[in-house]
Amino acid sequence: MSYARPLVEVHGLSKTFRVHKRAPGVLAALRSVFHRPTESVNAVQDLSFTIGEGERVGFLGPNGAGKTTTLKILAGLLHPTAGQITVAGFLPFRRDPAFLKQITLVMGQKQQLLWDLPPTETYAMNRALYEVPRAQADETIAELVALLEIGDLVNKPTRQLSLGERMKCELVAALLHRPRVLFLDEPTIGLDVSMQAKMRAFIRHYNERFAAAVLLTSHYMDDVTALCPRVIVIDQGRLVYDGDLKALVRRVRPDKRLTLRLSAPIDRRLLDQIAPVVSYEGGQAVLSVPPERLNATVQNALATLSVVDLAVEDPPLEEVMRELFKNAHAGTPAAAAVASTPGAGASATRPLLATDPGSGS
Amino acid sequence: MHILSDARRAVRAYPTLLRVGLSEVVAYRAEFIVWILTTNMPFVMLAIWHAVAADGPVGRFGQKDFVAYYLAGWVIRLLTSTWLVWELSMEIRDGTLSARLLRPLHPLFAFSAQHLAALPMRVLIVTPVVTALVWFAGDRLAIRDPRVLVIFLAAMVGAWLLIFFTMVLLGSLSFFLESAIGVFEVWLALFAVLSGYLVPLELLPGWVGRVARLSPFDSMLSFPLETLIGLRDLGTATRDLCTQWAYIATMAVFGLSVWRRGVRRYVAFGG
Ligand SMILES: Nc1ncnc2c1ncn2[C@@H]1O[C@H](COP(=O)(O)OP(=O)(O)OP(=O)(O)O)[C@@H](O)[C@H]1O
Ligand SMILES: [Mg+2]
Repeated sequence: MSYARPLVEVHGLSKTFRVHKRAPGVLAALRSVFHRPTESVNAVQDLSFTIGEGERVGFLGPNGAGKTTTLKILAGLLHPTAGQITVAGFLPFRRDPAFLKQITLVMGQKQQLLWDLPPTETYAMNRALYEVPRAQADETIAELVALLEIGDLVNKPTRQLSLGERMKCELVAALLHRPRVLFLDEPTIGLDVSMQAKMRAFIRHYNERFAAAVLLTSHYMDDVTALCPRVIVIDQGRLVYDGDLKALVRRVRPDKRLTLRLSAPIDRRLLDQIAPVVSYEGGQAVLSVPPERLNATVQNALATLSVVDLAVEDPPLEEVMRELFKNAHAGTPAAAAVASTPGAGASATRPLLATDPGSGS
Repeated sequence: MHILSDARRAVRAYPTLLRVGLSEVVAYRAEFIVWILTTNMPFVMLAIWHAVAADGPVGRFGQKDFVAYYLAGWVIRLLTSTWLVWELSMEIRDGTLSARLLRPLHPLFAFSAQHLAALPMRVLIVTPVVTALVWFAGDRLAIRDPRVLVIFLAAMVGAWLLIFFTMVLLGSLSFFLESAIGVFEVWLALFAVLSGYLVPLELLPGWVGRVARLSPFDSMLSFPLETLIGLRDLGTATRDLCTQWAYIATMAVFGLSVWRRGVRRYVAFGG
C-alpha cells in the first residue's frame, strides 16, 4: 500500500516543558517569590513521521513517553517548541476553524458531553458549532448510534450513563462532523473486554467508511494488535520504531510461540529437551521456538509426545513492549534495545530501523 | 484573526446554543434559585433605608424612591451579571477549556451564548419583583418617555457587555495567577460600593461618590438604574451612554488582549 496524500506530517517535532522547581522549606519558598528556578522537561524530541489517508496507526510507549503531548500538539492544543507539522494541510496550533472541522481528539480520561443533559443535546450543540447540515448530522448520528447500539441511551442524562456507555456516546459526539483525522488517546481506558472489542470494531468501521487517518494510543495491546497494522513507538520523547507491527514483533521477539495441548501429563524435562518452555500447566505447554527450527521442532513434538492440538503464534505484544522498555527505568532509551536486535541495520544513535515500505513515509 | 467570520458563525449557531443553554439552566434550576436567594443585599439595604426615610426624605430619596431604587437595582443586577469568572477559572485549572479551544467557534462566543441562554430563566425570576416595582413605585419609572426607554435599553445592553468583558479580563487572570478568584472578590467589593449596588451614589460621602461616577462601575449599574427611575435627566443620560460605550470599547480591547495572551500561555504550558 502507498498513500498519496499524507494527512499528518511531522518533521523534527520537539516539545520542552518549563516546570518550576520548588525546593522544600520556608526559606526556599520565600526565595522563590523573587526567583523561581525552572527545569525543562523534554517531553518530545526530534520526532518525525507521516500518516496517510485511511491509515490506522498505533502510538505506543511507556507512561510519560510523550504520546499525549504529541497528540495535543497535532490537535493544536499545545504549541510545539520546534519542528514542522501539518495536519490536513494546516498548521495545527493556529486552530483555524477549517482545520478544527477536519480533526477530532478523543481523550479517554476527559469528556466533552454536557453532564446534566442527554447526549442528544451535545450532538445538537456540536452540529451547530461545526455547521453540519441537519440531514447529514441526522444520518451520521443514526448510523453511529446503530453501530454502537446506544439507541435508547442517547436520551438519558449523561450523568446516569455507565463509563462504557458514556464513552460510546462521547465517540458519536466526537465524530459527528465526520473528521478525516482521528487522534484517540486511550479511548478504551477503563472499559471491559467486550466493550473494548466493540469500540475497536467501531473505530475500524469509521476508518474504512470515511478513509480517515487514525492515530491511537492505548496501554491495552489487544487494541493495537486488532486495529493497527502499523505502529509508532516512542520512549522518552524519541522515536524508537516506526513500521509494520508484525515486523516489530519479529525483530524484538523473533521466536515463535508453539502451544501444545497434551492428552496426558508428562515430565517437564521432556519438554525442555524439545525447546525452551515458556509455561506448562493444565496439560498445555507453550514453547519458544526460533522460526528456522519451527518445522523440525513441530515434527519432533508430534513424534515424541501425545499432542491433541497445536498452534503457532507470535509472542504477545505486551511481551514485546516489556522487552523493549525493560531498560527505560534504568535511564537507557528503549531505542538501544531495538538497535541491538539482529536485523536492525541502523546505527545506535538513530535506530529508525524499520521504516517499512508500508509505513507511508 | 478569525473574529469576524467567527461572529457570523456564532450568529448562525446561536439559536441552537441558546436552546441547549436553556435546557442546561433548567437542569440546574435548583442551584440557580439558591444563587438568586443569596443575592438579597439590596433588600436588606431597602429595609434599612426605608426605615431611615420614615422621618423624612434623605436627599432626593423618599421611601418610595428607595423602593424603586433597590427593586430596580436588584432586577438590573440579576439581568446583567455573569458567572464567567468562576467558569473560566475552573475550566482553565481543570483543563476543560481544551475542549472549547478545539471547537471551531471562539470560546467567548460560546460563553456569551451560554449566558444569554440563561436570560429567559432570569426574566422569569425577576417578574414578581418587576410587578412589585410597578405596583408600589410605578410613577417613579421614567421610561414612559420613549427617548428615555431607548437610552435605558441601550444602557442595559451596554451594562451586560461591559460586565461581560470585565469578566473576560478577570477570568483570564486565571491563566497567569492562582488567585484570580481573590482578585475577583476584591472587584466585587468595589463593585458593591462604586456601582450604587449598596447605596445610591449621591448618598455616598462626596469624594467617593465623585470617584464612583467617573469609574466604569457607574456604567455597570447606577447609570441604567438611575435612568430608569428618572434620577438622571435626558441630557445626562445621553452623555453617560457615550461614556458607557467608550468603556465597553476599552474593556473589550483589554479583556480580549489578556484572553489572547492567556491562551497563548495555556497552549505553551500544556492545555
Ligand atoms: N503540562 C505539562 N507541564 C510539564 N510537564 C508535562 C506537561 N505535560 C506532560 N508533561 C511531561 O511530559 C512527559 C510526557 O508526558 P505525556 O503525557 O505526553 O506522556 P504519555 O506518553 O501520554 O504517558 P501516559 O502513557 O502515562 O499517558 C512526562 O514526563 C510529563 O510529566
Ligand atoms: Mg497519555
